[in-house]
Amino acid sequence: MTEPAIWTRPHLLTLESLSRAEIFSVLDTAQALQEVSTRSIKKVPALRGKVVVNLFFEDSTRTRTSFRLAAQRMSADVVDFSVSTSSVNKGETLIDTARTITAMGVDAIVIRHRSSGAPAVLSRAVECSVINAGDGSHEHPTQGLLDLFTMREACERRGKKLSDLHVAIVGDIANSRVARSNLWALSKLGAKVTLVGPTTLCPAAFSEFGAQVTHDLDAVLPDVDVINMLRVQFERLTSAAFPSIREYSRYFGLTEERLRRCRSDVLILHPGPMNRGLEISSAVADGEKSAILRQVSNGLAVRMAVLYLCIGAGSFHN
Amino acid sequence: MGPQTKNKKHALNLPAGAATGNLNVMQELMSAEDIAQCIRQMTEHILAAGELMDNSSLALVGIRRRGEVLAQRIAAGISGAQKRSVDVGALDITMYRDDVVGNRSIIIPMGTEMNFRLDDRPVLLLDDVLHTGRSVRAALDALVDFGRPRFIRLVVLVDRGGREYPVAADFVGRRVEVPPQSRIRVSLRPIDAADAVIVDTADKPAGGDWR
Repeated sequence: MTEPAIWTRPHLLTLESLSRAEIFSVLDTAQALQEVSTRSIKKVPALRGKVVVNLFFEDSTRTRTSFRLAAQRMSADVVDFSVSTSSVNKGETLIDTARTITAMGVDAIVIRHRSSGAPAVLSRAVECSVINAGDGSHEHPTQGLLDLFTMREACERRGKKLSDLHVAIVGDIANSRVARSNLWALSKLGAKVTLVGPTTLCPAAFSEFGAQVTHDLDAVLPDVDVINMLRVQFERLTSAAFPSIREYSRYFGLTEERLRRCRSDVLILHPGPMNRGLEISSAVADGEKSAILRQVSNGLAVRMAVLYLCIGAGSFHN
Repeated sequence: MGPQTKNKKHALNLPAGAATGNLNVMQELMSAEDIAQCIRQMTEHILAAGELMDNSSLALVGIRRRGEVLAQRIAAGISGAQKRSVDVGALDITMYRDDVVGNRSIIIPMGTEMNFRLDDRPVLLLDDVLHTGRSVRAALDALVDFGRPRFIRLVVLVDRGGREYPVAADFVGRRVEVPPQSRIRVSLRPIDAADAVIVDTADKPAGGDWR
């Protein structure tokens, strides 16, 4: 630990609002909790008696499952609240839904919503902790943290620090909450970030946030330590954004041929779910440079840490 | 950990019983030499306990952080005497505590490191100070999640009384009587700059340290 670890927040809404020390608090807590998943009894009683509600207004299998399992490993009770089965379809507002849920005595709401800022609005309306599991194209803080955690793990094996890294984030930057959370966190920790994508999906305006912006993936390959490949989000794209899938794949797809032009210790990340053969080839996704499955197991530890820090014993509003 | 460490260093420079202000009295309870002697004696008693030594399967588990140091030192003594290695684990009890309450920043856990099985082995659980018994309760809960030891015996460097749970230590370095609100601060290398046990009778609000 290079800085004193601290955490006093009831919510996790963005990585933009976190300090360096707070980011390290989450990473260090996650590292300590990782051991729990290796035991025969994969559970600690830290959040016994706490109730966590998964409130997902957008489709999600992995993030929801990860949060659910994380809460269970910390001994919290979990309720899944899906949009398709709820009164939201009858016109109930987000706030009303959340207040109804909290009236049942809930300690944390894990929310995913298509609107940017929905978790922040919610946090002002309810008494319990609010954890952002992805809001529109704004932020996906736990994904950003688990990406950082996976990078730090790789750094430790290579004798490097996070601040030494040069990270390329490749793909649909404009629509990506993963890209924004990564960008905030990495720049706070002093890493160099290059955003790569077609001009329509990777606007030059991002250079204002301290990142380099380029539209030429081949030019950055030899120079980067980490390549974070984003998923092409068909559900968020307008038809004009790129002419064809084939063209996108040709210029921005990570293939074995491109991988050969990378540094020998390059780390490949992808937040999932992957469009195999589009933004990443199967050989790269399943290859030895890929940490994609490692990201999934690290995500569990990071979400256990976030739940512990926001609602654990001795936490801010306990 | 910053401010605590500073206090300790500060206290180490003072003569025993020196007052640093009207409310703040720190007194050295044990010197580095006292601690070394205590650990030697406890190691001898442990070596003499047949139930612990009979089939060479003893494991030591120290409560993080200073219980872990105590475990390593006693383990070094045992392996020196018996010419064999002894398993030493470090137990993080943060996720098992019931005594962390109130408005304060949360404790960041350090993780448990136990690369061996506990099933059917004699286990020595070690901590620096025994006070309310709540840490030991938490540690027992944590330990049984790692297996089913044949039995567990408790080793503490300082027993200061003030039990809230029915817990007793089997091996005690030093028993002391101190006012209930005072705090025992144990410093052990390499976590701290020097070995010492200090009693701090300062009348301060609780928080930071749970001893």
